[in-house]
Amino acid sequence: MNVWQFVLQNHVELVELILEHVWLVSVSMVLAVIVGIPLGIAITRWPSMNKPVLGSANVIQTIPSLALFGFLLPAPWIGERADRLAILALTLYALLPLIRNTYAGIKGVDPAVVEAGRGMGLTNRQLLFQVELPLALGVIIAGVRVATVLLIGLTTIAAAIGAGGLGEYIFRGLAMVNNAVILAGAIPAAALALLADVGLGWLERRLSPHAA
Amino acid sequence: MELSSDNRPAIEFRQVSFRPNGAGDIVQNLNLEIRRGETLVLLGRSGSGKTTTLKLINQLLTPTAGEILVDGRPIRDWDIIRLRRLIGYVIQEIGLFPHFTIERNIGLVPKIENWPADRIRKRVGELLNLVGLDPRIASRYPHELSGGQRQRVGVARALAADPPILLMDEPFGALDPLTRAELQREFLQLQTRLQKTVVFVTHDLHEAIILGTRIALMDAGRLVTLHTREEFLTSSEPLVMAYKDAFDTNLNNTRERS
Repeated sequence: MNVWQFVLQNHVELVELILEHVWLVSVSMVLAVIVGIPLGIAITRWPSMNKPVLGSANVIQTIPSLALFGFLLPAPWIGERADRLAILALTLYALLPLIRNTYAGIKGVDPAVVEAGRGMGLTNRQLLFQVELPLALGVIIAGVRVATVLLIGLTTIAAAIGAGGLGEYIFRGLAMVNNAVILAGAIPAAALALLADVGLGWLERRLSPHAA
Repeated sequence: MELSSDNRPAIEFRQVSFRPNGAGDIVQNLNLEIRRGETLVLLGRSGSGKTTTLKLINQLLTPTAGEILVDGRPIRDWDIIRLRRLIGYVIQEIGLFPHFTIERNIGLVPKIENWPADRIRKRVGELLNLVGLDPRIASRYPHELSGGQRQRVGVARALAADPPILLMDEPFGALDPLTRAELQREFLQLQTRLQKTVVFVTHDLHEAIILGTRIALMDAGRLVTLHTREEFLTSSEPLVMAYKDAFDTNLNNTRERS
């Protein structure tokens, strides 16, 4: 049986797995954005938080994903359901690129522009929302893009703890020693990653400020 | 917006020093009165403390000793945001917001001061005329303009909410000599009309003499001399002489070579 035959026979299940995959990635990304971008902003305001925050996010990133899923298993409430567990782990993974890019984006704004704004009497909040964030937006979206592509790949591993998604086919195919089944999971996952990359890349270019 | 109408100096430095942690004095024991409506030029070489002096006025930097008064009131009694909005600020790198159109750049302070939209639009048109620009450029972005046009926009933006005080930090430094001369002329005409209190930083002696009603020569964080333009030209103080010599020699050398 080749990939196409398998896909045709299982197309209902395949669509469900794709949706599940997209759902896991989306929820994790939204959570990561809600946490990561404010953290990135915070460490530009309080430089002493810079090292601990970026350090922790870095350490999380170095934990092998399968192990991180395992570590979180005993956690109350989270550990009860595989999808909660997967979402928490994925959120943690997405933090580093988001924090780092938000920080780098804001730090990369021309100091003359920031100083001019401050000298004109903008409050810190006005400076952040009207000057720094809009000018950093391209770099921040680049972080969202990197994180999203990363998560789409990582989410395939979430199937190992029963969270579903396209990893189901990959693990099933591995167990059955059946390349067609592996590819039925791997090809859509790769396509999703490409799609996210292109889409967010476009958004990144759209939102990058005009060259000075 | 206006300062109170009596004859207090617009800005006054009383024994002001600025010594950031670990470093030496950047500004040392500065006493200086800046009168209403005058253009006071802070002249000096790089690192003489003139830009720092400027930033002490709008509180981008805080003095480590001494007291600065604006309109007779110690600076620490001012609401810092209020104070900055009374002071127009023009810097060499211009600092226009690259993601804003010219109109939004110029209208930013009026906007955060909650002026109605049509009044802001009118004001932007007025200001573009005032600085010699075609009001049709209002919808363009800074990167679409030439250096000279951007610098004019920088001046227009600083004047937007009609502040009584203008701080200008080498505003024409990055321009080619012809454009610079043009902007200097226009600045003089503008200043005759507007009568702002201007503090103007430059290292260019010619610019200082052309624009300044008084010239404060700074060296190594200290105020060396404070002269009117005429006094400055005839002064025989060593540092003033050195400065004049440097410029004259430059000119003479160029003449000899050509």
